[in-house]
Amino acid sequence: MVNNVTSYSGNGLRDWLLQRVSAYVLGFYLVFLLCVYFLNPSIDYALWHSLFANIWVKLFTVLALLSLLVHTWIGIWTVITDYVKVTGIRLLKEAIVMLALLTYLVWALVILWSM
Amino acid sequence: MSEAMKTVKFKIYRYDPEKDEKPYMQDFDLQVPANKDMMLLSAIIDIKDGQDDSLAIRRSCREGVCGSDGVNINGRNGLACITPLSALKQPIVIRPLPGLPVIKDLVVDMTQFFRQYEKIKPYLMNDESLPAKERLQSPADRKKLDGLYECILCACCSSSCPSFWWNPDKFIGPAGLLQAYRFVADSRDTFTQQRLGDLTDPFSVFRCRGIMNCVDVCPKGLNPTKAIGELRSLMLREQT
Repeated sequence: MVNNVTSYSGNGLRDWLLQRVSAYVLGFYLVFLLCVYFLNPSIDYALWHSLFANIWVKLFTVLALLSLLVHTWIGIWTVITDYVKVTGIRLLKEAIVMLALLTYLVWALVILWSM
Repeated sequence: MSEAMKTVKFKIYRYDPEKDEKPYMQDFDLQVPANKDMMLLSAIIDIKDGQDDSLAIRRSCREGVCGSDGVNINGRNGLACITPLSALKQPIVIRPLPGLPVIKDLVVDMTQFFRQYEKIKPYLMNDESLPAKERLQSPADRKKLDGLYECILCACCSSSCPSFWWNPDKFIGPAGLLQAYRFVADSRDTFTQQRLGDLTDPFSVFRCRGIMNCVDVCPKGLNPTKAIGELRSLMLREQT
């Protein structure tokens, strides 16, 4: 057993599972956005505003944002722990990634709920 | 009448930490019988005998059973004793197994490799009372061990795995994980739950990214990636 406190869940199986589930959510969200893009001849503010005013679109977007956080955290954490062997630099990089991801999440939530 | 000969070119990694500041590649030309094929190990032994007896390599059985002479041949890990010269492009570049510390020339320190093997408890564990004679196994259950028990621990797979290069102290590696599954799959072993439980951390199993270098190089034709997949499926079944 190898312990690690900076991995997303601390459990390899749970991280692995979450990364796969979040990949599906992100995949579906991407398809949804592409459909919006290609099914509308022109995309303007009014369309964008009415789209994100819909509660289901909001919920789907929040789900996609959470998935992005989880998926990226697990993925980037794996890359960092593979390649960065100096403890101080590794912790710094992990902290930057995690804080950036949390900032993006909160920022996106603020934007989403102000529309 | 003397036998017709041909020249085979080699580039061999040399490093003696007591003498050399840095590793270097040394060229060798070897005369071999033109109308016969020979194994790479025999050629290396000929070079050692006839040209430079300081060249270090591990070997024992010479027939792909002991797993001692795993080396990197033209960029691909394999056993020198079962690799025919005819299958190799010249100059034949021979290096030690990658990712493991070099002791001398082609001899590597396998401590980390065997430490990972030790972690998976490579022996039968059974807490049921001892039978009078022996633990029996049905032919069907015995068949489940085919493709698993044949591993000779030559380390060709683990030392071709980038995840093992980066985390040889944390990731069990393909060889160890193949054996982990070998004991999980054994009907005579009653510690499946504990064995799986010991492997659920983010490194031991889950550093495998499934690139299948291990499957590509295994000289015994085994499939560690599949065994790792089986371990993951069993974990999913037991722990979700």
